[in-house]
Amino acid sequence: MNTAQALKTPEMARLRRRQMLRHFIQSIVIHAILFSVAIIFLIPFLWVIITSLKPETQVFTDPLIWIPKPIMWSNYIEALTTPAFRFTLLLRNTLYYVITTTIGTLISSTIVAYALARLRFPGRNALFMITLATMMMPGIVTLIPTYVLFKTLGWVGTYAPLIVPTFFGASFNIFLLRQFMMTIPWDLTDAAYVDGANDFVILWKVVVPLITPALLVIAVFNIMYIWNDFFGPLIYLKGQDQYPLVMGLYAFRTRTSVKWSLMMAASLATCFPLIILFFIAQRYFIEGITLTGLKGV
Amino acid sequence: MAEAHLSHASHKIPRFHMNRQRREALTAYLFVSPWIISLLVFTAYPMIASFFFSMTDYNVLRPPVWVGLQNFQKMFLEDPLYWLSVKNTMYYALISVPLGLLVGLLLAILLNQKIGGIGFYRTAYYLPGLVPAVAGVLLWMVMLDPKLGLVNQFLNLFGVPTIGWLRSAVWAKPALILMALWGGTGGTMLIFLAALKEIPQSLMEAAMIDGANTLQRFRHVTLPLLSPTIFFNLILGIIGSFQVFGSAFVATGSANTAGPLNSLLMYMLLLYRNAFRYFNMGYASAMALAMFLALVAITLLLVRSSSQWVYYEAAGRH
Repeated sequence: MNTAQALKTPEMARLRRRQMLRHFIQSIVIHAILFSVAIIFLIPFLWVIITSLKPETQVFTDPLIWIPKPIMWSNYIEALTTPAFRFTLLLRNTLYYVITTTIGTLISSTIVAYALARLRFPGRNALFMITLATMMMPGIVTLIPTYVLFKTLGWVGTYAPLIVPTFFGASFNIFLLRQFMMTIPWDLTDAAYVDGANDFVILWKVVVPLITPALLVIAVFNIMYIWNDFFGPLIYLKGQDQYPLVMGLYAFRTRTSVKWSLMMAASLATCFPLIILFFIAQRYFIEGITLTGLKGV
Repeated sequence: MAEAHLSHASHKIPRFHMNRQRREALTAYLFVSPWIISLLVFTAYPMIASFFFSMTDYNVLRPPVWVGLQNFQKMFLEDPLYWLSVKNTMYYALISVPLGLLVGLLLAILLNQKIGGIGFYRTAYYLPGLVPAVAGVLLWMVMLDPKLGLVNQFLNLFGVPTIGWLRSAVWAKPALILMALWGGTGGTMLIFLAALKEIPQSLMEAAMIDGANTLQRFRHVTLPLLSPTIFFNLILGIIGSFQVFGSAFVATGSANTAGPLNSLLMYMLLLYRNAFRYFNMGYASAMALAMFLALVAITLLLVRSSSQWVYYEAAGRH
C-alpha cells in the first residue's frame, strides 16, 4: 500500500500541475467570454448616461462622441421639470400604484396561503390544484371580459381595476407562501392553539415572522412588476394626471418635438429608483427570479 | 371533490375534537373567500364570457349582438392583417425563445464554473431586466439609429453595411428580438444557474470516475437534470413571446402601420387595436380565444411529448 503510493506520487504531482495549468487557462477563457458579454449588456446603460448629458446636437454624430462637451447636467433639470414630463407627479402616481398593490397582494395572499397550508377543510386539494392551474394561464383570455366588467362598474379611468384585484390574492404568491408555510413545524402552532390563540393570532404572531423572507421576495418582485407595468395603465387610465412613470415616459416620447437627450434623462430617472432598490435588496430579486423559474420543477 | 374529501379524512388527526374541526373549516373558508371570489370574478367568469363575446358584435356602448361564427370567419378568411400578425408573432417567438434559452443556459454554465466575480456578472446580466419596456425601446432607438447609431457605427468598423433596424421591414423584428434578449437573458440565466447548483456533486464525480469527459457529463448528467427547467422555461417563454406587446407598441408609436410594412404588427398589437382603438370587442375576443386555444394546444403537445423528449435526450446519444 505504502510503496504503491510512493510510486505514484511524482506522477500525480505532475498530473496535478498540468491540471492546474489547464484550469488556469480555462478560467481566463471563461472570464474573457463572460466579460465581453457583460460589456455588451452594460454598454447601452453607459450610452444612455452619456447621451443624457449631451447637448442635443451631439446625440447623433459620426464619429461618436463619448465625452459630451459641455456636460449638460441641466438636461436633468429640464427633463424632470418640463410640463411634458411631470416627474414628481408621475413618481407620486407610481408610488401610489406600487404601494397599494404590494400591500394588497401581501395581505390577501398570506391569508389564503395560511388556510391552504395550515388548515384542514373539504375542497382544499381541489382549490390548490385550481390555484396551480391559474398560474400558467395566459392573461389574454380574461382581458376583454375583465375590461368590460370594470367598464360596467364605471371603474375605467381610475386606479380601481389595477388595485382592487390585488386584494383578492394572486396565484403565484399564494403558491409560494403556502410552500413556505408548509415547512413551519406543527409544534410551534399547536403550542399556540393550546394557549388559546385563534388562527388570526397564530398567523400574525407565529407564522408571519417566520416567512418574512418570502414576504420580502414577493414585495420586491411586485414592486418591480408594478413599477414597469405598462399594459394595465395603458388600457385603464385615461387622464395624463393619473399616469405612472412608464406611461408618462411613453406620452413624453409621443410628443414629436422632444429631444433625445432629454428623453434619455427621463428614461434613466424612470429606472433609477428601481435600480437603487435592486442594489439594496439584490438577494430578494435573485431569489424571486429563481423561485419563479423553478416553480415547475 | 370526492378525492379532496378522502384526503381530508386521511389527514384527520385525533387531537382535534369534532367541534374544533368544524370551526377550523369555517375559519379556512373565511380565509380563502377572497381568493374564491377572485377565481370566480376575475378568472372563471371572464373565461366563459370570452366565449360568448367572441360570437357577438360588441362595442361596449351598445349591448352585444349575436353573430355566430362571423368573427372567426372574418379572422381566418377575410382579414389579411390577422395572418400577418400571426406570421410576425411566430417569427418573433421561434427565434427569441430558443435563442434566449440557449444564451441563458450558456451563460449559466460559464458562471457555474468555479471562478471569481460571479456577483459582478450576475448583476451586469440582470440589470437590463429592470428597465421598463418603454425606456428599453427608447434606449435602443438611440443605439440602433440607422445612420448614426452606436451599433451601426460599430458594425461599420468591420465592414458591415448600414442596417436599417427599426426602420427596415427586414430588420425590425430582429431589432425587437435583440431588445428582448437584452432584457430577458439575465433572468433566464439566473434560473438556470440555480438549477445547475441543485445538481448533486456526487453524480458528477460518479460520471467522472466512469470516465465521462466534460461533454459527455454535460449530455448525460447535466442536460437530463436540467430538462425540467428547460422545459418549463420553454413553455413560459412561448406563452410570454406569443403575447409580446410593450416593445412593439412603443417602437411603432401611434402610427397606423406597425413598423415598416406592418413588420412589427404582433398579435397582441392587432388585438389591442381592435379592442381599444376600434372597440371591436367581439372580434378582439375571438382573437384572444384563438390565441388561448393555440397556447393550450401547444402546451399540451409539449407536455405530452416531454417525457419522450427528455428520455431521448438522456439515452439516445451514445
